[in-house]
Amino acid sequence: MPKFESVDHLQQYRRQLQASRDPNQPQVLVCSGPGCLPMGSIEVAAAFREELGKNGLNGKVLLKECGCQGLCARAVKVLIRPQEIAYQEVTPEDVPEIVEATLKNGQLVERLIYEHPLTQEKAAFKADIPFYKGQMPIVLRKLDIIDPQSLDDYLALGGYRALRKALTGMSPDEVIDAVEQSGLRGRGGGGFPTGRKWRVCQEALSDIKFIICNGDEGDPGAFMDRAVMEGDPHAVLEGMIIGGYAIGAKQGYIYVRHEYPLAVTHLNKAIDQARECGFLGKNILRSGFDFDIKISRGAGAFVCGEETALIASIEGYIGEPTPRPPYPAESGLFDYPTIINNVETWANIPEIINMGAEWFAAIGTENSKGTKVFSLVGAVNQTGLVEVPMGTTLRQIVFELGGGLRPDRQFKAVQTGGPSGGCIPEQFLDLPVDYDSLQSVGSIMGSGGMIVMDNTSCTVDVARYFISFLHDESCGKCTPCREGTKHLLHILDEIIAGRGEEEHLTLMEELCDTMASSSICGLGMSAPNPVRSTIKYFRDEYLAHIRDKKCHALVCRPLLKYTIDPETCTGCLACVRECPVGAITGKKKLPQDLDQELCVKCGLCYEACQFEAVKVE
Amino acid sequence: MDQPRIEGILSRYEGSSADLIPVLQDIQDQYNYLPKEELNVVAERLSVPLTQIYSVATFFKMFSLIPKGKHQIKVCLGTTCHLRGGIKIVESLGHRLGVEPGYTTKDMMFTLDTVGCLGSCAQAPVLMIDDKYFGRAGVDKVSKIIKQFK
Ligand SMILES: Cc1cc2nc3c(=O)[nH]c(=O)nc-3n(C[C@H](O)[C@H](O)[C@H](O)COP(=O)(O)O)c2cc1C
Ligand code: SF4
Ligand code: SF4
Ligand code: FES
Ligand code: FES
Repeated sequence: MPKFESVDHLQQYRRQLQASRDPNQPQVLVCSGPGCLPMGSIEVAAAFREELGKNGLNGKVLLKECGCQGLCARAVKVLIRPQEIAYQEVTPEDVPEIVEATLKNGQLVERLIYEHPLTQEKAAFKADIPFYKGQMPIVLRKLDIIDPQSLDDYLALGGYRALRKALTGMSPDEVIDAVEQSGLRGRGGGGFPTGRKWRVCQEALSDIKFIICNGDEGDPGAFMDRAVMEGDPHAVLEGMIIGGYAIGAKQGYIYVRHEYPLAVTHLNKAIDQARECGFLGKNILRSGFDFDIKISRGAGAFVCGEETALIASIEGYIGEPTPRPPYPAESGLFDYPTIINNVETWANIPEIINMGAEWFAAIGTENSKGTKVFSLVGAVNQTGLVEVPMGTTLRQIVFELGGGLRPDRQFKAVQTGGPSGGCIPEQFLDLPVDYDSLQSVGSIMGSGGMIVMDNTSCTVDVARYFISFLHDESCGKCTPCREGTKHLLHILDEIIAGRGEEEHLTLMEELCDTMASSSICGLGMSAPNPVRSTIKYFRDEYLAHIRDKKCHALVCRPLLKYTIDPETCTGCLACVRECPVGAITGKKKLPQDLDQELCVKCGLCYEACQFEAVKVE
Repeated sequence: MDQPRIEGILSRYEGSSADLIPVLQDIQDQYNYLPKEELNVVAERLSVPLTQIYSVATFFKMFSLIPKGKHQIKVCLGTTCHLRGGIKIVESLGHRLGVEPGYTTKDMMFTLDTVGCLGSCAQAPVLMIDDKYFGRAGVDKVSKIIKQFK
């Protein structure tokens, strides 16, 4: 790659690149995103490499390993361009057939195309698949087109054009004006107006300022930021460089969650490429502007996603939040003015500069502009990543894009906002999703985790899950959060153990009020949301645990009873091998006995039995 | 103490106190834990008090002051994996390996840990052994997965 000495040089290179690329070039894009990797994408890509070689197609057919293609439920996904044939659940064994039929003879492999989970309607081409209809990819747009490790791929799609535009045609003020007028709000959870934050930081008097990208993605059940960092790393860099120019910072940091090693690899590679080509370093594109980016790896602490804790940990301290004000925009990293934004926020910046503030502001609702990426997971048929305009309803997301639930299950709730959010019941399914609407029903937008729950999930258990998570992750600095999570957890444990009382509900609500009003940071302030929302909308479920000592979803262990049906038990002993306490005894090929006294209700026997002889109630 | 190894790590940094966490991360990655002597060297070179090093080393989950096993098992207990029975994977593995979460097997082969989310939620329940991910990992698949590492 050349080092771009000027904007004209970049423009000329881009033109040559685009001219040299044949739009009809056959391409195989093997999804190697977060959903496909655990399902064997590496092996599928290797099989294609071998098979293309064997058939003399090297060079004729381009093979790429790309980021998340969206419909992770159908991993491993393979997209054939230019036709955009979307194959799914591809295994290495399917590869020879795809090469022979599709790549050599232009035919479809019928058994690998999409089928709707409920209507069984088939669709071979991406544009015809219901999951993709109704989506508006801005942040995710390039994920199934580019090889994330190729700067050329990024440039060919117009990459670093926004940087060029900002550096040559816009003053820092004009950049901030554009971000402000676009209406972009932070995608990390709080929804603070991005432009306003930048303005405060720009106006702060200091020669040294910093830019931070928050890639901590602590919300368990969310993987949007991982997919963007892995799948389109240059977009994050470009956003940050533009931000640096706008506020006058020379150094940026990307803080990446400890569990995301591949994101670190891809970002590092992108940073090296950007340095080599002169998008990072001294005198970027001869504009006189200097900027560089470093990666900071997280070390495994949820609270470090909170901005002041994150800053402390980059400085080498433990991740304890500090009270705001002062806000980081005034006094942040090493006490210098700092803007910190989420991965998705940064990835939106180049598009806003390219397309203009009006374009962005025309998408979405009155107070929430643009699109939002959600990680749609849980009890929904089509799990994956979706990007929709703000204002799309929950029903559209869950039932149209997500393809609904299994026919034998009933919808119970959607959980948004992770541990800081709440459970939204069926009555609000027609709610247009934006920052304000979710707050009005006791949840929050959060970073974009959207977890669908059906009748096999227990909302009391979910509340306990989040409180236990927060109790573990509370840094312990302030009393309301440290003690509040502890007591909430204790009460929820009592309820789950069948020792709950109705007064417990009032007590929990009071505890929640104290925590919300007097904790130092967002962790403690929003920790009540999972409890409050479940008590509010699923009181009956709490009462079933408290009064009837029943968990109808069959989740809360102490309230369950396992038995073995002597009629169906074949005596295969699969359950005996699993039982950790030796509660199941009996002779081989004869019905087994389950000792209630010993049983710890782990359910492993239930999972292990292939004959459905283990019953639970 | 492995002098060349720790020098190798320290030589990649400028030696400021803000390098503390990255240096500890490199030590954890290479040694599988944070040995005491090495921490003393770090304290001296980065001019950071030992108390701060220990507070950092115990605050963050990735650090361990005792040696970890050859293979690191991380079972996801994020929200989606929790709903899909992640805890059963932990119990089944613990039962099979004879070890509680957070601990290492006697033969030092496996350390069993749980994590908040591995970012592959669409394939819940998920576990990771070293750098390899396993999705839709039912209790019935656990023994087969473990065998690959024995
Ligand atoms: C406990 C806690 C955890 C957080 N975790 C994250 C996170 O993982 N990722 C993130 O972008 N923001 C997280 N935030 C929000 C950040 O503090 C901060 O508001 C955000 O990074 C600002 O970026 P934005 O304006 O682009 O959203 C968290 C906040 C709290 C209170
Ligand atoms: S609210 Fe919780 S996490 Fe936040 S500072 Fe207080 S104790 Fe720490
Ligand atoms: S539920 Fe668990 S403890 Fe009880 S019998 Fe089954 S395997 Fe044993
Ligand atoms: S990771 Fe392959 S479709 Fe999401
Ligand atoms: S919840 Fe398990 S991978 Fe995210």
